[in-house]
Amino acid sequence: MWYPLSTVATQAAITSTPEGNAVLRWLHGIAPESVPAWTLPLVTASISVAFVVTMIALIAMVAVWLERKISGHIQCRYGPMYAGVWHGWAQTIADGVKLLQKEDMIPLGADRPLFMLAPAIVLGAIFGAFVAMPLAPDMFFADINMGVFFILGMSSLTTIGVVMSGWASNSKWSLYGAMREAAQVVAYEIPLGLALMVPLIVAGTFNLREASALQSDWFGMGWLLFKNPFVFPAAILFFIAALAETKRAPFDLPEAESELVAGFLTEYSGIRWSFFFMEEYAAMYLMSLVAAVFFFGGFESPSTHMAGEWFGGGSFVHNLVAALTLIVKSMMGVIFMMWIRWTLPRVRIDQVMTMGYKYLTPLSLICVLGAAVWEALIA
Amino acid sequence: MSNNHNGSTTFFPEARELPGGEREFMMDVRTSDLEVSMGPQHPATHGVMKILIRTDGELVTAAQPQLGFLHRSAEKIGENVEWLQYLPYTDRYDYLAAMNNNLGYSMAVEDLLDVEIPKRAQLLRMICVELNRVASHLVAFGTYGLDLGAITPFLYAFREREWILMLFEKICGARLTYTYLRIGGVFNDAPPGWLTEVEHFCDVFEEKWQEYYDLLMVNQIFVKRTSHVGVITPQQATDFGLTGPMLRGSGVSFDLRRDVPYMQYRQAYESGAFEVPVGTGEKGTLGDCWDRIYVRVQECMESIGIVRWCLGCIEEGPVVGDIGKTLKVPPGESYVGIENPRGELGHYVLSDGGKGASRCRVRGPSFCNLAILEDIMPGTLLADSVAIIGSTDVVIGETDR
Repeated sequence: MWYPLSTVATQAAITSTPEGNAVLRWLHGIAPESVPAWTLPLVTASISVAFVVTMIALIAMVAVWLERKISGHIQCRYGPMYAGVWHGWAQTIADGVKLLQKEDMIPLGADRPLFMLAPAIVLGAIFGAFVAMPLAPDMFFADINMGVFFILGMSSLTTIGVVMSGWASNSKWSLYGAMREAAQVVAYEIPLGLALMVPLIVAGTFNLREASALQSDWFGMGWLLFKNPFVFPAAILFFIAALAETKRAPFDLPEAESELVAGFLTEYSGIRWSFFFMEEYAAMYLMSLVAAVFFFGGFESPSTHMAGEWFGGGSFVHNLVAALTLIVKSMMGVIFMMWIRWTLPRVRIDQVMTMGYKYLTPLSLICVLGAAVWEALIA
Repeated sequence: MSNNHNGSTTFFPEARELPGGEREFMMDVRTSDLEVSMGPQHPATHGVMKILIRTDGELVTAAQPQLGFLHRSAEKIGENVEWLQYLPYTDRYDYLAAMNNNLGYSMAVEDLLDVEIPKRAQLLRMICVELNRVASHLVAFGTYGLDLGAITPFLYAFREREWILMLFEKICGARLTYTYLRIGGVFNDAPPGWLTEVEHFCDVFEEKWQEYYDLLMVNQIFVKRTSHVGVITPQQATDFGLTGPMLRGSGVSFDLRRDVPYMQYRQAYESGAFEVPVGTGEKGTLGDCWDRIYVRVQECMESIGIVRWCLGCIEEGPVVGDIGKTLKVPPGESYVGIENPRGELGHYVLSDGGKGASRCRVRGPSFCNLAILEDIMPGTLLADSVAIIGSTDVVIGETDR
């Protein structure tokens, strides 16, 4: 059955909590009487989407620049220094402009619709995942009860895009990359989800905002990491699985440039290629964010605590400090991933599979069991 | 290898039973095999080599190196130009070890000339050749890390190589194709202070060497990737006529500098300036990729030892022997093999008393070492094949000449 758009939007406006979404609340405040109520959620959605897109672009931009600077300094060189004068901060913008201007190449014999659809799916999935991300304790786009479940589901969707790109490229190297990606992600989804179950058991919620709020005791240091002895090993397992999930070194087998030329990216160029690139950095940030929220206290830190004490909980300053705390924590995760990438060699596909199935999965199961027993008996 | 689609029999050797028992492949479930040409534009082949591989999923079932993309008729050119004119061409086959190539050709011609090389020239030659060996092994080590996905060691290795190239630039003005070692000696004397700079480099390099070793050689991922992979038994190594680190990696102690000594190497060896490192199977099986790369890394230190020994006993004197104003090479033939960073580089020249060689042939170590790929690559994974190609340390300029 089809409903008119206005009905759907009104339904959405009724079911979503107007006091939750900051944009919606703001629109409710300033909209004159003559504006029909059902337009407000639509406008909210448009603003939110624009915000998410801008944010991902910004994150990717900063992360790419950071990666180049960090790799440069690890390798005894400077990295970009000219574009934008100050330490080459505008290098990524310059590269983006260049990529936009490049010819849109689709190889002969490629499956054209799939080839064009793949980057869109990859980027669309990661956009979708960012919707559930809270910006600040009182500011978010969608306050989903199954938030982290939604994020993991959406970020797994990118795999379909990668496999699609490998198949559509009509290149053997791309196909290898795609098959590796499929095998790797299937192997590491399980430990990733299971490792995340441990803090979820402790927190008792899937909602990122609520999980973060739970950790505000002990002057903002009541992180889930310290609340159960099984969370710490789970954090390590989650990090390893997240590296594999985001195709980062030492698990960058799908695009292993010295083995598969560039894997599934071989035939892509220009802006389509940059979509995959953007997705990679956005996914890194997203995984770090999930880890930050469920292991490392989310918005909570001593500084957030002090801001809440001095300016009042829920005040603008408190929200700002909380948002910055989360960004800093997530960026630390991203930087850690970069550090690992520029230090370690790549593992082999059979080692990846062995590690995923033989070690990470049983270990994460043990962690889940242990955490559950601990919560039931001791905590 | 014939194409699968024309109805010919498929070629499936059993997965090789590797010592260590770490890797077994189930071959019961088979998918249709895929023929991929790795190269000529593939980053793992270190140049324009092509390796035709047949894969069953990730498993390589057959491999065949195909050469000739960089053929420049260097040997034929040797017959058309004069003796001295050929020297720059020798730079161009193994461009990572041009000093060694100069030396090989010069010594082959000097063998016919019956000329005495002054001691200072010999020691300068040895210093340059050994520094060049270090530079070449640094490239091998760095690019091997790159093959396995470790990008940073590559840049560290190139940082030190850059220093060596800078030293070479000071002594002969060129950074890659030196033409510094001439028939009868060297082109010119070292500039003032150059030998002190070399000594300073040796001091710094010894520290850095440990850094490389800790960063890559004992890294667990690196060890897991290279041990038990691409095993060449000592028997196989001698059967295929492997030389250089490829041979010594399999535990066969053979080094032309020690066993058929030339220049001052006998004295250097007898005074304990260098040892011949061999693979021991320390991290896996004897003759695996780790052993080969280990031999190269160890040889860097041995070369530094030789350079230090040369610096210790170098004294003032002429740097070119008496070869006359115009080079008159008496009729005859000679073959001289020297220890190149990649193995035995042999030069065969035949003189009929004319202005140039009437026959000029080269035995290139990379070319001879490459033949074993076809035997050791089947039964490995695609990623292993990259590790194996990297561990042979081929320079395509020399295989194709």
